[in-house]
Amino acid sequence: MNLQVNLPAIRAIYTYEMNRTRRTIGQSIVSPVLSTSLYFVVFGSAIGSRMSEVGGVPYGAFIVPGLMMLTLLTQSISNAAFAIYFPRFTGTIYELLSAPVSPFEIVAGYVGAAATKSVLLGLIILATAALFVPMEVRHPFWMLTFLVLTAVTFSLFGFIIGIWADGFERLQLIPMLVITPLTFLGGTFYSLDMLPPVWRTVTLFNPVVYLVAGFRWSFFGTADVRVEVSAAMTLAFLIACLLIVRWMFRTGYRLKS
Amino acid sequence: MPNVITVSGLSKTYATGHTALNNVSLDIRRGEIFALLGPNGAGKTTLISIICGLVKPTAGSVTVSGFDIVSQYRETRSRIGLVPQELTAEAFESVFATVSFSRGLFGKKPDPAYVEKVIRSLSLWEKRDSRIMTLSGGMKRRVLIAKALAHEPEVLFLDEPSAGVDVELRRDMWRLVRELRDSGVTIILTTHYLEEAEEMADRVGVISRGELILVEEKAALMKTLGKKKLSVELNAPLATIPARLAPFNLTLSDGGGCLTYSYVTTAEGSEGRDHGITALLEALSAEGIAFRDLHTEQSSLEDIFVSLVRRS
Ligand SMILES: Nc1ncnc2c1ncn2[C@@H]1O[C@H](COP(=O)(O)OP(=O)(O)O)[C@@H](O)[C@H]1O
Ligand SMILES: [Mg+2]
Repeated sequence: MNLQVNLPAIRAIYTYEMNRTRRTIGQSIVSPVLSTSLYFVVFGSAIGSRMSEVGGVPYGAFIVPGLMMLTLLTQSISNAAFAIYFPRFTGTIYELLSAPVSPFEIVAGYVGAAATKSVLLGLIILATAALFVPMEVRHPFWMLTFLVLTAVTFSLFGFIIGIWADGFERLQLIPMLVITPLTFLGGTFYSLDMLPPVWRTVTLFNPVVYLVAGFRWSFFGTADVRVEVSAAMTLAFLIACLLIVRWMFRTGYRLKS
Repeated sequence: MPNVITVSGLSKTYATGHTALNNVSLDIRRGEIFALLGPNGAGKTTLISIICGLVKPTAGSVTVSGFDIVSQYRETRSRIGLVPQELTAEAFESVFATVSFSRGLFGKKPDPAYVEKVIRSLSLWEKRDSRIMTLSGGMKRRVLIAKALAHEPEVLFLDEPSAGVDVELRRDMWRLVRELRDSGVTIILTTHYLEEAEEMADRVGVISRGELILVEEKAALMKTLGKKKLSVELNAPLATIPARLAPFNLTLSDGGGCLTYSYVTTAEGSEGRDHGITALLEALSAEGIAFRDLHTEQSSLEDIFVSLVRRS
């Protein structure tokens, strides 16, 4: 009985969420692509024209993995957070809670859909960037692995925020106050070598540094930190999120009175 | 008839410290329509919410078809359909999509033909492609019922089904409920519209302040607790009630032209030897009081309920 999986339920949740994405296609796809293009124009062209190369990589190409990560993190979090917060807010969560679904199935449906959307966005941004600068991907397998792993991890993190949040402002709070600053300070637009030694050390406490570094390695074969450390950090965060979600469902935290 | 749901010693104290259910035990028989009757705040929704998995019980247990609602929740929940009290539905989905979603969520393979049948049975077929937010309140209620039926449940919970519902929907709903019952589905509805329980239910449970005060066959309940009233229309008005009639506790109304006698028919059928109807009529004739008509009235479930709650 514990071995059985309610596959129709996972499929129902996943399809429902992907339909929601399709309905809000403008908001979902167009706006991140647009804002990335703007970043690209401003950072890539304006700054890049004064700074031609970083570690042998053209600056325009150098920032692409960082931009993808920025979008991946913020979009994964906000998609998954909204997906589970909205039914809580409207009350339709009653159906999910009364259904014969396990926490695993709920998470698989919601996080799977949010991560799918983020991965698609990441690839769209990559394709958009390729219009501006020639792009190469040294390790396509690892690039996709980092892409999927990061999308899943941060969708899971978003899911947690969506269960924790008790208002729409809170949904935005963590992405805005924590993730965006950490991403900007995490080597998205620069190499850690460019920083004074003190700041370089401080930056190493920023987990996003590891995500961006590993991801950038998969593109260019060079990175600020070892790629194994990068992968280990991401996995550790993934496991931490899984444990929190498990605890939330065990206790019915903010889901059941 | 075997029981489909067994509730044993169920209690719920919310985080606020409020005890919404206090040691409730109840058996629901397979195939019956059971009405859970009680005023607002009595604990009806709490009881349903626990059985359906929305609220965690503080103490006690519930089985559905012999399966425990906590340790075997897949077995129990896949057998249950819930129509909640509040009108909560996805705003942007179409009717057909949301009903199909419910079917999948409850573990059933897609079956557009069945979904169509359910949607048609609720007269929603014309609206199948409409977004839910464009529907009226009554239509939304129909959608919620369709969602609850999408996975062919054995037990259907209807929480305050006729709150804010028009006459037409109410009639449709009762027709559907009877059809479902005839096809073997057990139906549990909560209501504080007493006529509803009276009209629909096979059995009635009365709940007040978290306690189940009584569970009875509706007919038996009406018989046991049904107060009856006998009105005697007199030929000539009386100024006062004669002393001899005092034991009957009569009331005089209609300018002295009508005597009213309240009595209780107990399960044994005895009306009380000293002051039953026969005794009253004998006393009237001994007093030489002539009357032109008699009629009796049975108290409604509402009267019964009010007296029960007052007593507890
Ligand atoms: N989540 C909750 N937290 C605290 N108290 C609650 C909660 N839900 C219901 N109650 C209280 O429990 C009591 C029973 O509520 P409910 O089961 O909804 O009654 P009914 O459905 O019979 O109107 C009420 O006093 C209500 O205020
Ligand atoms: Mg209620």
